Amino acid sequence: MARAVSLRRRTVATIAAWAIGFLIFFPILWTIITSFKTELEAFSTPPKFLFFEWTTENYGIVQERSNYLRFVSNSLILSIGSTLVALLFAIPAAWAMAFAPGKRTKDLLMWMLSTKMMPPVGALIPVYLIFRDMGLLDSRGGLIAVLFLLNLPIIVWMLYTYFKEIPGEILEAARMDGASLWKELVYVLAPMAVPGIASTLLLNIILAWNEAFWTLNLTTSAAAPLTAFIASYSSPEGLFWAKLSAASTMAIAPILVLGWFAQKQLVRGLTFGAVK
Amino acid sequence: MGTIVLKDVQKRFGDVVIIPGASLAIENGEFIVFVGPSGCGKSTLLRLIAGLEDVTAGEIIIDGADAAQLAPAKRGLSMVFQSYALYPHMSVRNNIAFGLKMAGMPKPEIEAKVTKAAQTLNLTDYLDRKPRQLSGGQRQRVAIGRAIVRQPKAFLFDEPLSNLDAALRVQMRLEIMQLHQTLGATMIYVTHDQVEAMTMADRIVVLNKGNVEQVGSPLDLYNNPDSLFVAGFIGSPKMNFISGEVAGQYKAQTIGVRPEHIALSSQSGAWEGTIALAEHLGADTFLHIDTKAGGRLTVRAAGEYDQGPGAKIWLTPEKNRIHRFDQNGRTIKNAA
Repeated sequence: MARAVSLRRRTVATIAAWAIGFLIFFPILWTIITSFKTELEAFSTPPKFLFFEWTTENYGIVQERSNYLRFVSNSLILSIGSTLVALLFAIPAAWAMAFAPGKRTKDLLMWMLSTKMMPPVGALIPVYLIFRDMGLLDSRGGLIAVLFLLNLPIIVWMLYTYFKEIPGEILEAARMDGASLWKELVYVLAPMAVPGIASTLLLNIILAWNEAFWTLNLTTSAAAPLTAFIASYSSPEGLFWAKLSAASTMAIAPILVLGWFAQKQLVRGLTFGAVK
Repeated sequence: MGTIVLKDVQKRFGDVVIIPGASLAIENGEFIVFVGPSGCGKSTLLRLIAGLEDVTAGEIIIDGADAAQLAPAKRGLSMVFQSYALYPHMSVRNNIAFGLKMAGMPKPEIEAKVTKAAQTLNLTDYLDRKPRQLSGGQRQRVAIGRAIVRQPKAFLFDEPLSNLDAALRVQMRLEIMQLHQTLGATMIYVTHDQVEAMTMADRIVVLNKGNVEQVGSPLDLYNNPDSLFVAGFIGSPKMNFISGEVAGQYKAQTIGVRPEHIALSSQSGAWEGTIALAEHLGADTFLHIDTKAGGRLTVRAAGEYDQGPGAKIWLTPEKNRIHRFDQNGRTIKNAA
C-alpha cells in the first residue's frame, strides 16, 4: 500500500539525504579540489574552497616522478585477474551448493564467511614467509593468488544467493526436455544468471582494486598496484598534500568511472541478492 | 504406447522414508490421478517416475523396459510443473521448441511441430512473446505445449492448476480432459484437490503417508472406499464419521455417512438434532447439525432449505449407504 507522505516530510527527507550524501562524498571532493592547489595553498588556513589559483602542475609532477600507467596496468591485472580466477572456482561451487545442497552446505557457507572475520594481519607473517620462500614476493601471480583467495568466500556467497533465486523447476524442466548438464548451463542457467554474475564480477573487481593491506605488504615495485602508488606520496620527509591528492584522484578515477556505469548492478550486488 | 508399471518403488531420504513401497500398473491411454493430502508422497512418486528423483529400490517399467536408472529425457515422458517452469528468457516459440532442439531435430520440422502445437493450444498469436507477457492460463498452455511437441509416451502433471484462479482452473481442467481425448496419451496427474481427481480421472490412486491406500475409478472410490482415510478424502463435503454407541449398534468401531445420504425431517427420524449453521449454495444447502448421537454432522439438502439455525430437526441415514470401519480404519465388508 502506498503511504501518503506529506510534502514537508518529503522535503526534510530529501534535504537529509543530500546532507548525508554530501558528508560521505566530501573527503573525495576535497581530495579532488586539493589536487588542483599548489602545495602552499593546500596547507593554508583557513582552507580555500574554490577561490584559489587552479593548477594542474601536481598531475604533471606525479606523472613525471612515477610511472602511473604501470601502476594502473598492475591494478587492472590484479583486480580483474583475481576476480576471473575466483569466478572459475566459485561458479561450480555456488552451483553445487544452490542446486544440490547437502546436510552441511549451510555450515560450509558460514565457515567460508568466517575466514573473512579474522584480521588479515594475523596471517601476514606466515603468508609473507611462504611468499618469500617461494619467490612470490612482488610478483603479480602471487598477488592474484592472495586476492583470489581473499575474495573467494564473498564471491561464492554472492553467486549462491543469486543462484538460489533461480527456481529449480526450470532446470528440471530443461532436464526433462533432454538438456545435458552442459546445455542446461549454457542455454538455461547462464542467461538467467548473467545479471548476478555480472554484479559479482563488478563488486569484486572494486574490492580487489581497493585492497591495500596485502598489496602494500607483498609488493615493492614490479607488481605494485595503485594503492602502492598513493602510499608512495605519504612520505616520512614531509607531507605533500597536493601531490598525494593528485595521486589519489588518479588512482580512484578509473574505478569511479566503472562504478558510475555499474551503479544499478552494484546496488543489487551489495544487497547480496536479498532484494528482487 | 505408454504403459507404466511400478514394482515396489521405494524412496528414502537418509532415514526418512517417503515412499515405503508403491506398486501400480498404468495402462496405455489411461488418465491416472494421484491424490492425497500434502506430504503424502504423491509429488515424490511422480518425480520418481519422471526421473527427477532417484529411486532407492524398485523398478519403474515404461513400455516393458526398466527405466528406473535412465536419465529423465531418456524415459520419453513430458512433465508440466506447478510453477509452469517456463524459460523466462526465451520466447514462447523457443520455449516450446527447446526440447526438440535438444533432440537435434532439423529446423523446418521443429517449426512445423511448434506451429501445430500452438494451433492446438490457441497460442499462435503469442509465439513471439516472452512468458512474462502472458497471463497465468496462457503460461500454463505454453507449458503444456512444451510437453506435447515431444510426443511423449506419457504426460506427467504436477499440480498444474493450483496457481490459477478458480474460474480459470475449471476451464483448464476441461482443456486438459479435451487434450487427453484428442491425444489418447497416458497421463498421470497429481493434485490435492479431490474435485479435480473425481472429475478428470479414469482411475484415482489415493496416497497416504507414501502408501497406496486404494486404486479405483472415481465412483468406485466414492461408493466402496477401502478405508476410513479414503472415505474421508473422497467426496465433498466430507463424509460424517460417528463412533461410540451409535457405531456399536452397527457392529463397527466407526460408521460413516455421506452428507447426501441423510434424509431430513421435522417430525421424526433416527437422530435428533439442532441446526447450527446453514450454507446456501443455491442448488444445494449444506446444513451443519448438532446431534446427541454423533456430534456435529453435515447434511446436504437439495435446493433451498427453509429451516435455519436453531430449528429442531430429525436425521435418518440411508441404510445401505452406511460405511462401517473397524478399529484399524479398514472397511468392514458385507452390510450388517
